[in-house]
Order: sequence, then C-alpha cells, then structure tokens
Amino acid sequence: MAEAALSLENISCTFVSRDDRSQRYTAVSDTTLAIAPGEFVSVVGPTGCGKSTLLNVSAGLLAPSSGQVKVFGQPLVGINERAGYMFQGEALLPWRSALDNVIAGLEFAGVARSEALDRGREWMRRVGLGGFEGRYPHQMSGGMRKRAMLAQTLIRDPDIILMDEPFSALDIQTRQLMENEVLDLWMAKRKAVLFITHDLDEAIAMSDRVIVLSAGPGTHPIGEFAIDLPRPRDVAEVRIDPRFVELHAAIWGVLREEVLKGYAQQKRA
Amino acid sequence: MPKLNKSGSGSLRIWQLLLLVIILAVWHFASRDPKVAFFFGEPLKVWGRIWAWFVTNADIYSHLAVTLTETVLAFFIGTIAGLGFGLWLGLSPRASAILDPYIKAANSMPRVILAPIFGMWFGLGIWSKVALAVTLVFFIVFFNVYQGVREVSPTLLDNARMLGARKRQLLRHVYLPSATSWVFSSLHTSVGLAFVGAVVGEYLGSASGVGYLILQAEGTFDVNTVFAGIIVLTAFALILDTIVGVGEKRLMKWQPKSGETEKL
Repeated sequence: MAEAALSLENISCTFVSRDDRSQRYTAVSDTTLAIAPGEFVSVVGPTGCGKSTLLNVSAGLLAPSSGQVKVFGQPLVGINERAGYMFQGEALLPWRSALDNVIAGLEFAGVARSEALDRGREWMRRVGLGGFEGRYPHQMSGGMRKRAMLAQTLIRDPDIILMDEPFSALDIQTRQLMENEVLDLWMAKRKAVLFITHDLDEAIAMSDRVIVLSAGPGTHPIGEFAIDLPRPRDVAEVRIDPRFVELHAAIWGVLREEVLKGYAQQKRA
Repeated sequence: MPKLNKSGSGSLRIWQLLLLVIILAVWHFASRDPKVAFFFGEPLKVWGRIWAWFVTNADIYSHLAVTLTETVLAFFIGTIAGLGFGLWLGLSPRASAILDPYIKAANSMPRVILAPIFGMWFGLGIWSKVALAVTLVFFIVFFNVYQGVREVSPTLLDNARMLGARKRQLLRHVYLPSATSWVFSSLHTSVGLAFVGAVVGEYLGSASGVGYLILQAEGTFDVNTVFAGIIVLTAFALILDTIVGVGEKRLMKWQPKSGETEKL
C-alpha cells in the first residue's frame, strides 16, 4: 500500500478527572488504523465508545496518551493542517453571514478578500446555497447549516476530511440528499475521508471500508470490512442491492454484541 | 388575532397616558395645600422651572453638557477597560486565579464611598465624577466579558482552529465577537450606572452639572427645582438607553429573535 494519508499507530487515550487524579477513563486503547489517499473510511461503533476521541486525535485537537499519528508519513505535531474537520454540533460563527463563514478558512490563511469572496460564492453554489450568502446561521435550517459547514470545510481543499456524525441531526430525506452530495463532491476530488457515524446503513452506503469499534471503555477496532459495491452509488438505491444486505448482515453480526454491551454499561451508569 | 393585538397595544397607550394624567392631577390638587406643596412641589411650577431651564433662561445646557460628557466618558472608558480586562483574565486562567480575591473585594466594596477620595485625587472638575462612574461601569462589563470568554463554545473554537486560525485570529474572530454580545447585554445596565455615577459625583461635590443644580436647590428648600432636575435626568437616562438600544440592534443583527419572520 502506498503511504497512508492518515495513520493512527497504537493510539491510547486516557482521560484523568481534573478534580480527582485517581479517576481515570480510558476512552481508546491501542488503536491502529490507516487511511490511504483518496479512500473513504467509515468508523461505526456503539454510542459513547470514543469515536469522536479518535477523530479529535486525528485532527490534532487532542494529544493521545500514547501512540503516534502520522499524516502522509510525517508525525503530527499540533493541529493537523492538512485536515478539514466537519463537526457534529453547531460550528458556524453565529455573528458571520453564511458567506463569511464559508470563507473563514481562506481569511485566516490570508487570501485576498475579493478572491475569497469569489471562491466562497462558487462553493455556496456547489453545496446548493446559492442566493443565501447573506443569511446568518440562525436564519438557516439545520440542513442549510450543514451545507454551509461542508463548504466551509472543503473550500480549504484539505487532503484529509474528518467528519463526525455530520448528518445525525438531519431528517432522513435531507440526510440522503446530503450524503449523495458529499459522495459526488468526494468522487470529483478523491480525498481521504474518515467518517464517523453510528448509522451502519450510512457507513456502508458511502464507504470503501467500514471499521467496527468495540464498546467503551478502552475502545479498539474489532472488525474491518471492505465495501465492494460499485461506484458511483446512490445512497437510497444501494440499500436494496443484495450485496449491501449481505454486508449489512455481516457487519451487524459484529456490531450487535458491542451495541448491547454499550447499552448495558450506560444503563448501569 | 393580529387585529386584536393591535387594538390591544393602542388601548395600552391610552391607559398609560391616562395613568400619567391621573398622577399629575392628584399631584396638582394635593399641592393646593401649602404644606403638601412644601414637601412635594407643584407640577405647574416644576414644569415652569423646566421651561425656564430649556427655553426662557436657557441656562441648563452647560450643566447638562457637563453631566452628559461625564456619563459618556465614563461609559466608554469603563466599557473598554472592562472589555480589555475581561478578555485578558478570561484567556489567562493563571492571572485570573491570582487576581480573583482582589476582584471580588473591589466589586463588593461600596464604591460610592470612593467619591470623596476621587475628589481629592482628581479635583472638583469632571474627572472625579468620571472616575466614580467608571468604577461602576467597569465591573458590570468586566464580569460579563469574563463570563462570555469562558463560555465560548468549544466547538466554535475547535472549528476555527481547524480552519487555520492562529491565536490572534481566534481572539479577533471568535473571542471578541462572542464577548461583544455579552457586553451588549450589559450595556443597558452600564449606561444607567454611568449616569448614576456622574450625578452622584456631582451631588457630593462640584461646581456644575445637573446633580449640582439639584444640590443647590435642596440647600434652599426649592423642592420644585429638585423635582424638575429629577425629571430632566430621567428623560435623559431614557434617551441614552434608547441610543444604546439602537446601537445594539445595528451591531447584533446576527442574533436570533424569537419568532422572527422574514418580511417579503
């Protein structure tokens, strides 16, 4: 395999309570995974299993307790500048209009304003927000905000795209539309994607590879499945493909037990 | 429903006006008794006083200018200092931990008592009043900004950092706008307090300003002038508050208002 775009090597993350140093929680233990350039990898796992922790480590927002992150072969120090991160929650700056939010990354990088605005408008059109440039985040629907966040992330043309359950807050129709749009954009540019989700259907429909995580604490990968469905795919149509159903059954066989474990733990807590 | 609402707000105005008329009438007829008039003044004389101040004698303008200058100066100095200090302490946990007891002490101190000291330090001119009002404004803004900086959503910060924002850009594009929204929520309080600080400062020792006029009138038991002064001060406090409201609307147009619909 060629040099990985992003590789996590034996990553462990142990959180220590600030008030009581003896209170520890190991969110992720000894996780190794690699994503090739241009590969779309989804990570699924039960809720609260440390999926977001893995993503924050990949982004350089969180330093792992042990292990190493490599970006195109280089050890990661500080923020991962070649990565774009699409967050789960609301991440748009509420005091900026949609267009100003989209071009924020260019502005931080010192791109001339007129050029930034041109590229911003182009991206707004590409994600289907043409004509909504002047709207503030609170004036947009959840789906529109997600589109703006997508444009904001992709306008910087990152080599690695990290996505943390980006569509979990959307209704099912909007969600499928957005999934298809993301696939189209990805097909055009072929960047490495690390996509976190709790929705197995979404993971299979979009990815080249699905990695299943165990329930926490001490999350680690317990299964890996290559998704050999032909591309381009339509996320709604691919779900009735017999191969999809087969893969779904196989992955669910592994995931099911972990989901039950995670559920039991949450109930105890 | 909307129709009902509209007539509702109209009749509300009528009732409010009616209440004012009733109060003035009661005041007027009660003050026919000279004993009552001595303590409460007479509305017609109070009105005559205001008229003389603004129109016939036109001698209040210099006093008003002094009071308003003090208020505006205190308002700006206090707000900017509070903003700067709040940002600094909000962003450096160590400094804020060290200064914490001092800030608590300074805030709980009854600051009006500083007026004579400021009088000694800055003289009887406007600066001693400005200083007093600044101490009132500063803490309001400071605590709001401090709180605001600490409560900036971590997702916003992480997102900005992932988009390549350096420390300075985070300050300018995330912390400062976020703190500004907290400043604005405190501006109505702080403009009122700036006014209070200025007037109380004048009242405790000065040679000009509306507070000084009131003090002088009290010295001669001229209760009508005292009431006239109070009314003028109230009117100007309302005007300042309105100006802040307009500025807020302009600058905070990104903030959601409940039930806002777009006008087509």
